[in-house]
Amino acid sequence: MSDIEQIPVTMTVNGKKVQRFVEPRTLLIHFLREDLNITGPHIGCETSHCGACTVELNGMSVKSCTMFAVQADGAELTTIEGMANADGTLSALQEGFRQMHGLQCGFCTPGMILRAHTLLKENPNPTEEEIRMGISGNLCRCTGYQNIVKAIQYAAAKLNGTEFQEAAE
Amino acid sequence: MICDSKTDAIRARQSAVRVDLRAVCASSLECAPHPSAPFVNVNCPAVLRLDTTLPAEGEPLSWFGTLGIRSFCGRQREEKDVIPGAFTYHRPSSVAEAVAILVSHGDEARPLSGGHSLIPMMKLRMAAPEHLVDLGGIADLKGITDDGSTITIRAMTTQHELIASDLLAQKLPIIRETALLIADPQIRYVGTLGGNVANGDPGNDMPALMQCLDAAYVLTGPDGERDVPARDFYEAAYFTALAPEEILTAVKIPVPPAGHGYAYEKLKRKVGDYATAAAAVVLTLDGGTVTFCSIALTNVSDTPLYAKEAGEILTGSTLDTATVARAVAAAEAITEPASDGRGPAEYRTKMAGVMLQKALSRAATRAAS
Ligand SMILES: Cc1cc2nc3c(=O)[nH]c(=O)nc-3n(C[C@H](O)[C@H](O)[C@H](O)COP(=O)(O)OP(=O)(O)OC[C@H]3O[C@@H](n4cnc5c(N)ncnc54)[C@H](O)[C@@H]3O)c2cc1C
Ligand code: FES
Ligand code: FES
Repeated sequence: MSDIEQIPVTMTVNGKKVQRFVEPRTLLIHFLREDLNITGPHIGCETSHCGACTVELNGMSVKSCTMFAVQADGAELTTIEGMANADGTLSALQEGFRQMHGLQCGFCTPGMILRAHTLLKENPNPTEEEIRMGISGNLCRCTGYQNIVKAIQYAAAKLNGTEFQEAAE
Repeated sequence: MICDSKTDAIRARQSAVRVDLRAVCASSLECAPHPSAPFVNVNCPAVLRLDTTLPAEGEPLSWFGTLGIRSFCGRQREEKDVIPGAFTYHRPSSVAEAVAILVSHGDEARPLSGGHSLIPMMKLRMAAPEHLVDLGGIADLKGITDDGSTITIRAMTTQHELIASDLLAQKLPIIRETALLIADPQIRYVGTLGGNVANGDPGNDMPALMQCLDAAYVLTGPDGERDVPARDFYEAAYFTALAPEEILTAVKIPVPPAGHGYAYEKLKRKVGDYATAAAAVVLTLDGGTVTFCSIALTNVSDTPLYAKEAGEILTGSTLDTATVARAVAAAEAITEPASDGRGPAEYRTKMAGVMLQKALSRAATRAAS
């Protein structure tokens, strides 16, 4: 192992600056989970399809299984571990997922919430269609998506200070 | 014929012989068919153009079956299947520096842009470059400019940035329409125009669009720049006019006249799927008569297809049913799709025709007359 070149990477993850030496072929998801012990981002498919590994990187949602850690050198990252409010209470999205039953097994949830987080920053008032297209890179095998959409609508309403109206079924 | 090496398979592919792939994939190719095959392209260079046979019982070929290498030939997933091989990482800050690295390592080096075609291939060890030249640190490779008659999009511009560009929305709205049909939001944040057109995968959507728009690719190598028309760039699946020491630095697109009609119609099975067939159309009308019409097709051959004859048939017509039918037939005639998880070849050819018909009618309603 010792002959494999390790190179330094520095990033800010959930507001904390970290520096490690990594092999260039280390995928960002493995870096997060194994080097930093940040296990919120999940490995579902490992082939860029399911979105369970989604994190926010410099304001973009990315699938961390399809990026090398070295490409993220200097970046700012947010994972589910960084989503709660500063006082430890649930953020609007987390509360929405809880209130609207936006999760069942919870495997997709960290990726869903991170994707929704970036989506709401770009589009604070999305239509249902925009939410569905916005999370189209994230698969959920449990919920059928209905309650995930509602959870995101709940969070959008809360962040906009408007009242959440649950759509009639 | 049974091939047992990658070279055999590629040779067979070129001569269009029927090949039994089970032997190929299990041996020196050191790869399985694309693990995500039910959703995306059959990316294996050896299988792309083959007239594949269905697997015998007990010998699952994963691109017909369920997800993953896990089920392929009963072989368990191993470390080497998903973790890319080791490589030396380079992050140059200028094009000249990047080209110099490519020159000094030849075939063993590959540029890395968004990585959303290359990294999946590396995880499968279908690509195992010893040197990766990350273009992400080259500020020069970003941005979209307009000199009035030509729009230049620098190679590292992401699909997300194409979608967000007001300039493109106004002058080349078909780019936004097409980009929105590529993959999913996460992939579009990082996937680049340069990577999409340089890749040479017939499943990519931008190449046919660039042929439709008569774009030129700017290739920069040790001896300077050269422009290659998109219509001459693609030779076969993953074989293009790009030399190993060249970087595709920009795409130059002649601005179509204001009031042109356009449409990109793509048939896919789900979000994130490559096209079963897709058609790009740009046309202009004058008093209901077509004065200009350009057509190209995605994923119905080894390469994107510029459907020159179909466009010529329509030029001068009023898009009447009989002429449209003739043009559609001319477009279908040049297709040569593979039978794969997206359907048999005949179906994909017909779908190319259907996509063209839909694109023509949508383009016509959008054109100023
Ligand atoms: C799940 C999934 C679904 C997808 N669906 C679609 C789809 O529907 N349609 C579609 O078009 N694409 C699709 N893609 C592919 C995606 O759009 C890729 O991002 C794109 O094809 C390649 O761009 P990239 O910047 O990621 O290139 P990379 O993966 O970095 O590079 C691709 C290849 O091009 C070479 N290269 C890259 N940049 C340059 C350059 N500037 N000069 C010379 N060579 C270069 C690399 O060496 C490599 O061989 C999908 C990808 C995934 C993972
Ligand atoms: S684990 Fe990254 S997309 Fe599925
Ligand atoms: S809650 Fe189980 S996968 Fe989404």
